[in-house]
Amino acid sequence: MSATFAAPPAHIRPFQMGTAQRWGALVLMLIFIWALSRIDLTWARFVLGLEGANKFVTRMFPPVFNPREELVKGMVETVQIAILASAAGLILSLPIALLAARNLMPGWVTWPARLLITLCRTFHPVIVAIVFVKAVGFGALAGILALTVASVGFLGKLFAEAIEEISMKQIEAVRATGAGFANVLTFAVVPQVIFRFIGFIAYEVDSNLRNSTMVGIVGAGGIGGTLFAAFQRYDYDFVLGIVLCIIALIAIGELLQIAVKRVFKQ
Amino acid sequence: MAAKLELKGLVKEYVSGKPVLKGIDLTFEGAALTAIIGPSGTGKSTLIRCVNRLVEPTSGSIELDGVNLLSLRGDALRQARARIGMVFQEYNLVERLSVMENLLTGVLGKTPAWKAWLRKFEADDISRAWDTLGIVGLQDFANARADSLSGGQRQRVGISRAVMQRPSLLLADEPTSSLDPKTSVEIMELLKRVGVDAGIPVIVNMHDVELAKRFASRIVGMSGGHVVYDGAGEGLSDDVLKSIYGGQSWLA
Repeated sequence: MSATFAAPPAHIRPFQMGTAQRWGALVLMLIFIWALSRIDLTWARFVLGLEGANKFVTRMFPPVFNPREELVKGMVETVQIAILASAAGLILSLPIALLAARNLMPGWVTWPARLLITLCRTFHPVIVAIVFVKAVGFGALAGILALTVASVGFLGKLFAEAIEEISMKQIEAVRATGAGFANVLTFAVVPQVIFRFIGFIAYEVDSNLRNSTMVGIVGAGGIGGTLFAAFQRYDYDFVLGIVLCIIALIAIGELLQIAVKRVFKQ
Repeated sequence: MAAKLELKGLVKEYVSGKPVLKGIDLTFEGAALTAIIGPSGTGKSTLIRCVNRLVEPTSGSIELDGVNLLSLRGDALRQARARIGMVFQEYNLVERLSVMENLLTGVLGKTPAWKAWLRKFEADDISRAWDTLGIVGLQDFANARADSLSGGQRQRVGISRAVMQRPSLLLADEPTSSLDPKTSVEIMELLKRVGVDAGIPVIVNMHDVELAKRFASRIVGMSGGHVVYDGAGEGLSDDVLKSIYGGQSWLA
């Protein structure tokens, strides 16, 4: 019994762009050409820019780490902002993520929680920082609040997704023993998500370290303010010193994150 | 603590108007192992899951020692579930927890949340879990993670978890379908022994007719959402099997 199949009809041509895709590609190309023509990017302008860059880079060297006091204070504050914001974000995002998990909660509970998470993710941390600087004044508090909002958005989303991906069979089995909701959480949900959560938290601390170097630019505390002030004073050698410190800090954060991920792989 | 389980006119519709269970009347009593056989998709799993309300029945009643389980909510439902042990086809162990923790899951129904969080279990429960591990031959694996065990070992942990509940009734949903023939026999022996030792009814869904005949004192045949046979294994003639599974070319 050998089966013979008819050849596919001629109009079926796999891997070929449809009319819609072709039009889409054409439109994208036109937008690109239009943008290039409108932005006034000429060779002369580019060369002019290179001269400025040359002057700027020359004045950066050698890097200077003074005033030391200003530098150390800024760096310490940056780390403090990152850690406090991560901790506050973690504490707030755990219950919010649980409420947002559609496999454990009824719909009318999940949508407000998901809306809150989405709101926290809507604006860039710098924009949120500007708002908090206006609301609570200059300084680290504004930075902490801004990055807490960002952390809730980020961790809340990742936590909720991790909870939604757990195996419901394990939940079902623990529920079948007569365990209440809290016990189902501790014995069936937490074991399934805890390592992933720790990975997310490490990533969030790392990300907050980066962001907390930046919120200072808008007056929300940390090394960013010091950097901005150095730029304003044309202290480009101090700028380079600060940038090098930031790079070192970020590298440490990255290493910590990798180490945590390695330990809590499975 | 032998329980009496009575199903009356049990109906379950996942989609309105298309019942999977079409009025099931069954009574289970005393220390006996009952096998429920029937083709895939005939509602065996649904039937078992209705008993501990993992699936919500559409109508009918399920009485455990005279209490209608379908009227229970909240704490009362959880207490009823704690009295009903359940064994799953894919074991459904909490994979990242140790074997010991999986056994102690069986007493979560009576453990306050803070004690469960701190793993503060009653000394009596811990020694009982240890003894149970001895019975199923897994004491060496007490601290091993559940996902490091083989299928047969996992199912023995699954049964031990149910035993820890001190159940008045034991349900098993195709407990041997993922296991090799030798391990399947061992698991059935264990289920039978648990039922006899505790003096409780054991209800097992299964596909393997020969295995059912060998271990069950009563066989319920289901087809198309109805009970079409209810009796001893010897009564399962080819005609009866045909009425359960349909066709006959599969009968040797």
